[in-house]
Amino acid sequence: MNKDFTHIILADDDVDDRMFFTDAFDELKINTKVKTFKDGVYLMDFLNKHGKPVPHILFLDLNMPRKCGMTCLQELRQDKRFDSIAVAIYSTSAAEEDIENTFVQGANVYIKKPSDFKSLKKILATVVALNWQYHTNSLNRENFLLRI
Amino acid sequence: MKLFVKFDHHALCTKVLKDKLACLGIPHEVTAFGEVRFYQQLTAQELGQLTVRLAEEHIEIVESQKAILVQKIKDTIVHMVFNDAEHIAVKSSTYLSEKLGHSYGFLAATFTDATYSSIESFIILQKIEHTKQLILSGDLSLTEISYKLNYSSVAHLSTQFKNVTGLTPSKFQRIIEKRKLLTGQ
Repeated sequence: MNKDFTHIILADDDVDDRMFFTDAFDELKINTKVKTFKDGVYLMDFLNKHGKPVPHILFLDLNMPRKCGMTCLQELRQDKRFDSIAVAIYSTSAAEEDIENTFVQGANVYIKKPSDFKSLKKILATVVALNWQYHTNSLNRENFLLRI
Repeated sequence: MKLFVKFDHHALCTKVLKDKLACLGIPHEVTAFGEVRFYQQLTAQELGQLTVRLAEEHIEIVESQKAILVQKIKDTIVHMVFNDAEHIAVKSSTYLSEKLGHSYGFLAATFTDATYSSIESFIILQKIEHTKQLILSGDLSLTEISYKLNYSSVAHLSTQFKNVTGLTPSKFQRIIEKRKLLTGQ
């Protein structure tokens, strides 16, 4: 069981944030394989062309140049191939309307980006562990909503 | 006369294991001491046979026994949450150890080791998942749900729901309903 990997994809235009996240994933107890992209266009190109293995979780920065996180989310949710992906949106915004809208558009997780590494690590551990629960216990993904 | 022998435990055990596995004719590789990789998924029958054959030499399959126990724990919890919650007077720890015949400490340690999660948080997750289903089915009020799932009060359920999901039950319901409207279901 411990040899199973959680496949993670991360799209963020900020190089420091990408490093921040990948470092945090490395320190989790759950084994992860992480791929990163620097904007939504690269991300969607990759998913549309290769797509396999379909990642278990996709972490999307809401604000990216060329193609923003919300557009990626909408495109993903219109494609049956990507039904099984849990989408985690993160942003510095905590506006209730934005949060509710991302969930309605099909996001599973909304992360209010913390400023320190320790909190980020804790948040990512929670998200990955909860996704693992949905994955291994065949829980209903349509009801997978987490705001953190 | 009397002779004294010396064992190479490592080589001896590996040889016994290899011989036993060879009998069954399932393609495999002994990858490390006490670790075997099979090239295909074993059927339940093959696994049963293997377990019996290995037991003849006092070899036990460790990981899968553990996995079986973990699965039993999960099944028991799901049954408890989905069928029995309001009838259970005892604490869930007592319920589990009675049903499964192991001490709760042993169950908890085995479970955490294999799943990265504690039994307590698994129970809470299942209860919240069940709550979500019941909310969406629309037949029961939140108060009725809290009673059904053995919460001490509706406030306790609300708080736990918010802790687990970050959302209030009513907000959860609103989001799912809006989502259904959007996708035209």
